[in-house]
Amino acid sequence: MVDFDVVSLPDIDHVAEGDQAPNFTRPLVNDEYWEDASLTDLLDDGPVVLVFHPMDGAFPTTYAWQELDERALEEYGVQVVGLSISTPYEHKTTIDERGIERYQLFSDPQNGVARKYGIEHDLDGMAGVEEPRPAVYVVGEDRTVEYVWVASEWPDFPDYDELEDAVSDL
Amino acid sequence: MSASEAQETPESADADVLLYRLQACPFCERVVNKLDEYDIEYHSRFVEPLHSERDAVKRVVGARTVPAIIDDNTGVAMAESGNIVQYIEQTYGDGGEESRSDSESRRSVSDGGEN
Repeated sequence: MVDFDVVSLPDIDHVAEGDQAPNFTRPLVNDEYWEDASLTDLLDDGPVVLVFHPMDGAFPTTYAWQELDERALEEYGVQVVGLSISTPYEHKTTIDERGIERYQLFSDPQNGVARKYGIEHDLDGMAGVEEPRPAVYVVGEDRTVEYVWVASEWPDFPDYDELEDAVSDL
Repeated sequence: MSASEAQETPESADADVLLYRLQACPFCERVVNKLDEYDIEYHSRFVEPLHSERDAVKRVVGARTVPAIIDDNTGVAMAESGNIVQYIEQTYGDGGEESRSDSESRRSVSDGGEN
């Protein structure tokens, strides 16, 4: 018997496997600078694992990057890229503090990308703030969604084994 | 094309001029104004306020100051807004000697101030 509550999230109509991943442009942050980049820019260099996570500083974000860093999915020839509503400054701090210099993070404070993917998530108790529902999209070079995981609870964590299988099957 | 469609690919992605800049840096804005004046497309890279963390800039121009530009049209990489403005005028302006002497005088006004 657990004595805490996990909130069930309502069903949503989100971009699904087999769909074309919506393209977008946002500041893409690395450990040294940020610049506008689009999903298609990244896909020119190979498949992308797009990880929508809670704002930087939230514990699920820390967990997600620890796990992704350990799994090193880039060894399968994909690019693992994060996205949250945090500003570029916060992303730079996160990259430094978590030691994830080999990864890049998109900054989307207005949450428009999540809305394009149909995964927006209103935050209870933070008036006027929404962020993406936790989600992972594996996008092939032709922009087809090859695998998707979207949270159905809050908090909820990706099925990393399933994700790794999906990435290794590309 | 709707506004959101227009955002799908960075308009600046194919620009020949790469500008390293700091948010709200007046010296950077001076270079931006000059690039706009000559309709030169540029792609922005934003760096840290902390000087010591700007190794990306140091690698390309030898200093950690911004603004700094790399111009693929000419192979030039340089820092210091006065120098950059002068370079833009001389390279893209059509005023010849006249615009050159004008930019020299502006440069002397700006000497000593960079972010």
